[in-house]
Amino acid sequence: MATTEFVAPRTGRIDAKYTRSKSKSGNFEMLAWLFMRISGVLLVILIFGHLFVNLLAGDGVHAIDFGFVAGKWASPLWQFWDLAMLWLAMLHGTNGVRTIIADYVEKDRPRFWLQLVLMLCSAAIVILGTLVIFTFDPCIPGSTLAVCQ
Amino acid sequence: MSKTSSGTLYRGREGMWSWVGHRVTGVVIFLFLLVHVLDTALVRVSPGAYDAVIGTYKNPLMAIGELGLVAAIMFHAFNGLRLVLVDFWKSGPKYQRQMLWGVLIVWAVVMIGFAIRHLSLAFGGL
Repeated sequence: MATTEFVAPRTGRIDAKYTRSKSKSGNFEMLAWLFMRISGVLLVILIFGHLFVNLLAGDGVHAIDFGFVAGKWASPLWQFWDLAMLWLAMLHGTNGVRTIIADYVEKDRPRFWLQLVLMLCSAAIVILGTLVIFTFDPCIPGSTLAVCQ
Repeated sequence: MSKTSSGTLYRGREGMWSWVGHRVTGVVIFLFLLVHVLDTALVRVSPGAYDAVIGTYKNPLMAIGELGLVAAIMFHAFNGLRLVLVDFWKSGPKYQRQMLWGVLIVWAVVMIGFAIRHLSLAFGGL
């Protein structure tokens, strides 16, 4: 009686006839799978905190303006919080959309180009967001923030 | 492909629909995230530019949109934690269906609380 071995997808141990790409990707897909779970748990904490402070606490959504952002980013804690959120969320989302493209776009060339466009857009957003957090100056004329005195 | 779904534990059942929901909410959140980084980047252009764009968000239609966005985030978050349990907890696959109902109950409770607070802030002043 033949025994059937059930192999988890993307382990690199899949029969060659089921893989679309000829090249060996090593254990990249396993690391991507692991990253989705670890970043997902961290993002639950980071985004729940972000939503609570920005939408629910104090005056809620009414309070959001330049002064609100300046007040938060005057603190290294919120700079780090938002930087971590930016990187983890963008990598998590980009990998998710990469997986969706891989699932539905079966032809090699369209899949390659769609994923390339995705990577370029994501890289641009991550670089832009990182530069904004690190080069932001909360001090405008008349600011009452402690760091601006 | 099989004509009936009676022989599968997955297709057409809770597991499949939670997967569909996770994909759809994931894409929605990702598209929002791209726009959200761009609008926040306006703080680097000028305080006036940022306040002008954020000002256009402060209306009842956007408040409903924010409710929908938070609903998508909350489902993706709780169902994501369920996926982690399915993958890493020994009894996770056995209880995946019960955990989905748990996800939906927690989601509903959180969303009722959020909707009351957010909509009363957005519609009723403070």
